[in-house]
Order: sequence, then structure tokens, then C-alpha cells
Amino acid sequence: MDRNPQKSFQDMILALHDFWSAQGCVILQPYDMRMGAGTFHTATTLRALGPEPWNAAFVQPCRRPTDGRYGENPNRLQHYYQYQVILKPSPPDIQELYLKSLEVIGIDPLKHDIRFVEDDWESPTLGAWGLGWEVWCDGMEVTQYTYFQQMGGFDCKPVAGELTYGLERLAMYIQGVDNVYDLDFNGQGVSYGDVFLENEKQMSKWNFEVADTDALFDLFAKAEAECRNALDNDVPIAAYEQAVEASHLFNLLQARGVISVQERASYMARVRDMARGSCEKYAETMTPAWQAKYPEWSL
Amino acid sequence: MSDFLLELRSEEIPARMQAGARAELEKLFRREMDAAGVAVGDVTVWSTPRRLALVAKGLPEATEAVSEEAKGPPVGAPDQAVDGFCRKNGVSRGDLEVREVKGRETYFAVKNVPGRAMSELLAEAIPAIIRDFSWPKSMRWGAASLSTESLRWVRPLSGIVAIFGEELVACEVDGIASGYATMGHRFHHTGEITIGNAADYAEKLRACHVIVDHEERQDMVREGAAKAAAEAGLKLVEDEGLVIENAGLTEWPVPLLGRFDEAFLDVPPEVIQLTARVNQKYFVCESADGKLANAFVCTANIEAADGGAAIVDGNRKVLAARLSDARFFWELDQKTSLEDHATKLERITFHEKLGTVADKVERVAKLARWLAEEGIVPDCDPALAQQAAELCKADLVTEMVGEFPELQGLMGGYHAEKERLPREVSDAIRDHYKPVGQGDDVPTAPVTVAVSLADKLDTLFSFFVINQPPTGSKDPFALRRAALAVCSLATIGTLRIPLINALANAYAGLVTTALDWAERAQSDAAASASRARQTLDLQDFANRSKLLSEAQTSLRETTGAAVQAMELLKTLKYQSPNELVEKTIEVVAFIFDRLKVQQREAGVRHDLIDAVFALGGEDDLVRLLARVHALQAFIDTDNGANLLAGYKRAANILKKEDWHGVEGEIARTGEEDPLSQVDDPDMKAVVEARMAQAHAAELSYTPEPAEKALIEALDAAEPQAAAAIEAEDFATAMAALASLRAPIDAFFEDVTVNDENPDKRAARLDLLARFRAAVHNVADFSKIDG
Repeated sequence: MDRNPQKSFQDMILALHDFWSAQGCVILQPYDMRMGAGTFHTATTLRALGPEPWNAAFVQPCRRPTDGRYGENPNRLQHYYQYQVILKPSPPDIQELYLKSLEVIGIDPLKHDIRFVEDDWESPTLGAWGLGWEVWCDGMEVTQYTYFQQMGGFDCKPVAGELTYGLERLAMYIQGVDNVYDLDFNGQGVSYGDVFLENEKQMSKWNFEVADTDALFDLFAKAEAECRNALDNDVPIAAYEQAVEASHLFNLLQARGVISVQERASYMARVRDMARGSCEKYAETMTPAWQAKYPEWSL
Repeated sequence: MSDFLLELRSEEIPARMQAGARAELEKLFRREMDAAGVAVGDVTVWSTPRRLALVAKGLPEATEAVSEEAKGPPVGAPDQAVDGFCRKNGVSRGDLEVREVKGRETYFAVKNVPGRAMSELLAEAIPAIIRDFSWPKSMRWGAASLSTESLRWVRPLSGIVAIFGEELVACEVDGIASGYATMGHRFHHTGEITIGNAADYAEKLRACHVIVDHEERQDMVREGAAKAAAEAGLKLVEDEGLVIENAGLTEWPVPLLGRFDEAFLDVPPEVIQLTARVNQKYFVCESADGKLANAFVCTANIEAADGGAAIVDGNRKVLAARLSDARFFWELDQKTSLEDHATKLERITFHEKLGTVADKVERVAKLARWLAEEGIVPDCDPALAQQAAELCKADLVTEMVGEFPELQGLMGGYHAEKERLPREVSDAIRDHYKPVGQGDDVPTAPVTVAVSLADKLDTLFSFFVINQPPTGSKDPFALRRAALAVCSLATIGTLRIPLINALANAYAGLVTTALDWAERAQSDAAASASRARQTLDLQDFANRSKLLSEAQTSLRETTGAAVQAMELLKTLKYQSPNELVEKTIEVVAFIFDRLKVQQREAGVRHDLIDAVFALGGEDDLVRLLARVHALQAFIDTDNGANLLAGYKRAANILKKEDWHGVEGEIARTGEEDPLSQVDDPDMKAVVEARMAQAHAAELSYTPEPAEKALIEALDAAEPQAAAAIEAEDFATAMAALASLRAPIDAFFEDVTVNDENPDKRAARLDLLARFRAAVHNVADFSKIDG
């Protein structure tokens, strides 16, 4: 059956998969953990380190507990999808590739106004920053486009280009729909609301009202301890997973409104220490293998 | 003579950086040409989001040959010196010439620099320009970034066009080779364009939908937007910042007008404008009656096939989503009164050592009330000043201000209006941040002035107390701006603010804050202890342990509060009244420093401000300025200039003789503390006059006529000047001083100060000291330049 990215959310995703697969990307499945952004996927953070080429594309569900609106806001969700592409080193024609990918999903650049508007990216949590743009389509931000310069406090050598598409927004635009729940999910009558509305209602309630905060605090402390344990035993990928877990627990505690302004900074610092510590350890652990292939290379 | 074209193409350059980049490109090009000795005439620089271009007209085909020579060490100098000289000049020893200089054989290095072809020079200059180019932020990219030494640019550099005359300037930077080819518009033109020379560059690009001249694009945006508005029967709200930004985001700007739902106009117009401007870079429009219209103008980068219908529709949707967010906030915020919003300020830290914004608001309210009650801000109702101050920061906790911090004050003002609070109060809430920097409107409404002034004085004093004054270029708490605001409020409103007294009030406010914390900590601790005590009766262990852990948490928090109170009190615990006065004077001096900056534009000399401030005791900005104005007028007259000269001469003599003047001599007489009364400002003039008379009467010799004339002139001028200063009639005080000019000139002309007779010498030095003291009644002339 022919795909129709302009009428079906899943066809849009599949079209992107086809396109980036044809560019030599590894098509990955989502990371099986709760995380706030596709950037947290190890395929992005950890793979941005080191000298080896790496091209990957994947959908990552993102959890932003404080953005929950009980299914009542047409654009805001506590769970949504990002499509992420990472190309290392950034190819010279990355902008052209990106623009082609928009055409593939049905955006005609002679009918719609595509613009690259300065928007630099920084994640103190990951010790990372990069320069780039938010890409506008008729005034709407549809993609975050970044050239990673540092990750985990280390210079990216070489630099990776990261593209993060906001899938629901893009689909709403392409399908001409004003409410995310009205999106056609499969082109055969199943809507986004059929799939996710009840989920948004229940999860918003849990995020804001129900989640046991004592248990969350406890889990945070346990994640922190486990992160340390993993670092002490030289398994930084496992340590990094605990940092991702702690980061989401922190976001949940924020949504529950139990972290005071004063405490907020200290929790963020704890998450940052875990994430950066894991990235650093990962880079140090991998360096001998990297240098075996790239003798000139240093961390 | 030929023209040179350089185009540096890259991925999209941030709009805000383009003006700086054009200047940098021209600067570096001129630097390179200067270094090569090439005279550069007319240089044009252009920018678009995707390229920087430079055209230099009429460059020579080659540089002229020059002969440079350098004089070296004499023949016979140590080898080291000769070798060093050779190295420095890049010649070998055998090439050195020997010439005679003042009878000594001396080495000379003569270098004949041959003329060089311009294209060769340019080929070297271009890589240097690119490598030295300074961007606010730059990055690495691509395969070359495997090394951190790879080229840095604002975004990936993708191409170089370099043509001198009709010829390619061949060069390469980090794998990017120069050529004739460039790219047209990203979507309107596919494939490369070949540029022939500098003259056809702009036109070839234009044919491919790129307007390379940024000023032309700015005109297109400015005029196109105005035209789109006019065609809809509306007037564009002009915004030059948006013009430049949109021109920096497009190579082919096409302004398009769209409409949004009229229902959004319920939201305050500033909110709509800000939403459109900041988030979307749209212009807004007004209808004929000057009210905001439900229209926006966006600037597209393409000539769309459908005339822009899809683009306008897309932008309309995005704006609608933004505006519905704004309306949601606006409606949500109104469900809570300002007074209730204000209670949440307890959760916002103002500064860790100074407590919360709620603490600050309490201090500001008291200070504002005091300023009104004392009549320092005339015609100000103290109750309204207090009310306005209590509510002035409430909007900081609203959703709207959380989203758009620049709306602080304004939103509070709107909410106050909605709540039908007195007009004075809503005005004060809206405008109390003003003036923000020089050139901003300075409020004059009394209640607004009282709140604004109280807010700034509290901020200034508080940060000086915790030792956080601005240092160098760092002023994280914007204290310079606050001090400048105090100066503007005082001078525009002719407010007589006793600054030392006002700051002492700010001090009392801080002490109260600290004591409040201490008391609250104590009662909170007592409350949690009593809750914990109740658990003793509980059988339910789970519940007991929960309550005990709550008590533990609450005690930890109250302990924190108590420590914070203790720390602040420690900071505020001055050892003596003097220490407090010193702190206030430090702040007053800081404010007066800003006054100098503020008055510089008005042509007031800073040394004159110093001269009056140096007298000490002056803490009233208005009076100080009046004195300075009178002084400046006086110094500009003949009399003033000559008196200043006389003063300097007298002061020099006294300094040379190490003469401590009337006071010093009296102290030497052994009388019982004859100066005890001198410290009393009311008595000072009286005491000095009496001393001086006693001296005149005591003269053991017959004074010379010029000496006598000066004594008499001082006898007359001193009380006049003192009385005039008392009456704040500084012009008359200056006139009294002016009467001393002729006598002091005559005195220096006719009288020998250093007479052989020690009595005469002492009496005359005393007289000069008395003259100096008389002048000091008006200003410390030693601080005056010239």
C-alpha cells in the first residue's frame, strides 16, 4: 500500500525512516526508559563522544510531566514524540538533506516559508552545548537543528549534527489539524486521541496529583546511589541510565510541586553530576579503543 | 586599477550578528591591505543570512617596490648582537652594508622589497581574514573537526568567491577553495551562478532572487510592511529593530499581512505586541483611532506560488496558539487578586542574604510611606504610597510575567485597574521600575515617585550592606542604574532628599527584616515541636513516625531561617554610629558618582561636583546641584577664574610652609579646646569669624594697605557668604567671594608673605589661611581643574 505522509501520522514517521535509512542511518527503536528529550538517548549523548562516525535516526517518546494538561490543551502533552537524527561527522550537505526530508513528508518549500532562526542549545545537565537554529515553517518551529560542540564537558571531535523534529507539530501542520488529538494516526480512521487521550488524562493526574512523593524522593536517592555503584565498577552506560532515571524522577517531583526554589538548584546539580560523571567515565573508558583506531585522536 | 569582490558563503548567519560581521570584514580587509602598503579607497560590505560580501574599488594591480633599511650595531659589536640584528631583519651577515655614522662604522640591513601582484597579496589576505575573523560565538563542523584546530566560523563556511578584475584569486581555507561560483536563493534557484566580476555580482544575484544589499532589503521590509498595512486600511506600528531582524533573516523579503481573531484584543495590547514581536518577529498594526488592530505583518523569504496564502494561514495559526496561551495566562492571573499574588512573593528569593521579595516589599512600603509623611515627596498620600508599594511586585508571580519578564509592572498596573484600585496606585505599580537607564521617562506622579525611590534606595543600601557593590564592568544587581534613577527622580522632581537620613531608614528596615525572621523561626519551631509532642499520644506507629519526620523537616527549615537571621544581624551590627554613617556615605558617594555621569550630558563639570561634595555633609542632590551650577557660572567669569588662581596660589604657599592656618595656631596657644564649638555646623561660621577678628585686633604691627584691604574684604565677605549659603542663595555667596578677588590679587602684588619678621610672616600666613577657609565655605577649590 502506498504511504501517505500527509494523511497519516505513522506514514510520516515511516517516510522519515525510509529517507534517513537511505542516507545510511541506523534506524533505531526508542530507548526503553522515560526521558525528557531524544537528546538523552545514548545514541545521541554517548555516541556524540569519540572519533568514530555514527549516523542514526529514531523516534523517542518524551516525557515532560509539567506540560501535562489532562488532555484539554490542543498543543500541550506530557508525552509526545521526537524524531531524532544524528550524523557524525556532520556532512557538508546536512542542510540540503534536512530540507529534502521535509519535502518527503509533503512540505513544499516554494509554498511554505522555511527559515533557519538562530537558536543555540545548551544542556548544563549533560555538560553539553552546540550552535544551530530552530527551523521555522510558516512561523512555526518544526525542528531543532544543532551542531554539537561539547558533550559531557568534552570537545566533540568530530562535531555531530543533530536534528530533532517535533512530530506532532509537523503532522498537525501537514494534516491541517488544529488539535493534536484530531490527528489521523494511521490513515485508516484511528486518531491520535484514540491512541493517547486517555493516557494524557490519567498520566496528567498521576504526575500532578497522585504520584507518591516519598517514594519518588526515595527512588531518586536510590538512582543516585546506583549511579555511583555503576561508576565505581566501571560500567558507565549503566551509570548513565541511572542519571536519566534520576532526571525524570526530578521532573516528576517538580510536577508534584514538592521541590522548593532553594532545593531545586541542588537537585539539578545532583542530576548534572550523575550525567556528566557518566559521560566522562564513558569517554575515559572508551578512549583506548578509540585511539587504537585513531592514533592521532585524544580526548 | 581593478575592483575586488569577496563573498564568504555560509549556513544561516544569525540576524543579530550581521552588522558586526560586516564591520569586522571591512576592518580585517583594511588591516591586511594596510600591512601590504596598499591604499584602499571605497569599500562596500553587504550581508544576507547566507553570505558576507565585500567590494573594494580601484585597487592597484601591484604594489610598488620599496627599499627598507634598518640601522644595526656598530662594526665590532659582539657577534650575538650582530646575529640578532640579522635574524630580526631576515638577512644574512654577508648582506649587511657598512656605513659611517658619526664617525663609527655601522652595520645596515637593506632589504629591497619587490612589488607584488595584487592577486597574490589577496590570495594571502583572504585566509588570514577568515582565520582571524571574530564572531560573538563560533563553531567547528564536519570531518575536519576531528581536530579542535579546525577552522571556526559562525556556522559552517561553505564557499568563497574571490575575483580581482575578471581574474580568480585562487586560495584555499580548510579545504574550501575559492571560485567564481556562488549560490542563489535557497528555494527559488537551483544550481550554481557564475560571477564574472565585482560589477555584475549584485545584479546576477538579484536575478536569482537574492538581494545582497542589506539596506535594500531593509527598505523592502519597511516599505512593504507599511504598504501591506495601508492596503488593509491600517497603520503599521513602526519597529526598526524588527526591520533589521527580518532583513537579516531573508534574502528575498516579502512582507505579508494576516489577521487574527478579534477576540484576542481583550488581552492588553502590549502583550499582543510582545508575543508577536519576540516570538514571531511580526509587526503589529493600528487602526485609524490609534488602537491595536487584529492584524500582523510577517516577512516571508519566498515569492510563494499561491501569493502567500498558505504562509499567512500558517503564521496566523501559530500566532493564534501563542495568543491563546497569552489570553489563558491573562484570564488565569485575574482570578487571583494582586493582594493574594503578593503573598506568594514569600517564595521568591530576592537575594540569599537579604531574604525574599516579600521581605523587600515590606521594607519598600515602610520607606515609601516615610518619604510621603516627611514631605520629601511632596503632595504624596502616605497611605496610597504604602498600598502601591505593597502591591508593586505582586505581578512577578503571575503566569504572564513568568512568560514575559519584560511585562513586569505593566501587568500589575493592568490588574490594579481591573480591581478598580485608586488611579495613583495602579500608575505607581505600572511605573515604579522607571526610570530604567538614561533616556527613559522619569515619573513625576507623587505616589509613583515615592515607590520608585523607596525601591531603589532599599536596593542600593541593601547590596552595599552585604558588600556587593558593582566592580568594574560587573553590576549584577544593576546598582548603577538604581543610583542613576535616584539622581533623575531627585533632579527632575526637585526632591529634597536627605539621603543619609533616608538610608538610615533603609537600615532600620533591614534590621526589622532580620528580627522578623528570627521571631518567625522561633514560633515555627515552637509550633512544630508542639505538633510532634501530640504524637506521644498516638498508638499508630506509622503515623507517629510520619509526624516526627515532618517535625524534623520543619525544624531543619526553621534552623535555616534562624541562621539566616543571625547572619544578616551580624552584617548589620555596626560597632559605632560612625560605622553606619560611613556605610551611608559610601552609598551617597556612589549616588553622587552617577550624578556626575548624568550631569556630564547637561554640561556640568564633574570636578565642580567633587569640589562641593568634598566639603562633606552634603547629601541633598538638589542643593548640591544648585551649588554646582552657581559655582560653574562663577568659575566661568573673570572674577571666578582669577579668584581660583589666587586660591591656588594661597593654597600652594600654605602647603609649602606647612601652615595649618587659623585653627592650627589656636590649637598651639594651649587654650582649652577652643575648637570644641567648631564641629557644630551652626557655630562654625561664628567661631571662625570671632577668631579672625581676634587675630586682626592682635596684629603687633601696622598692616600694609593691601593687607588691610584683604582683612577688611574678608570681614565683609565672610558673613555675607555664610548668610547666603544658609539661605541657599548660592549666587550671592559667589558674589561675596568675588569681592575678594581684587584684594587677593593686590595682596600678592604688594605684600611679602615671607617677611623677616616672624610675627608678620605668621599673621600673613594666617590671613591666607583665612582666605582659603572663606573660599571653602562655598566649595573646595582644590578639587577644581585649571
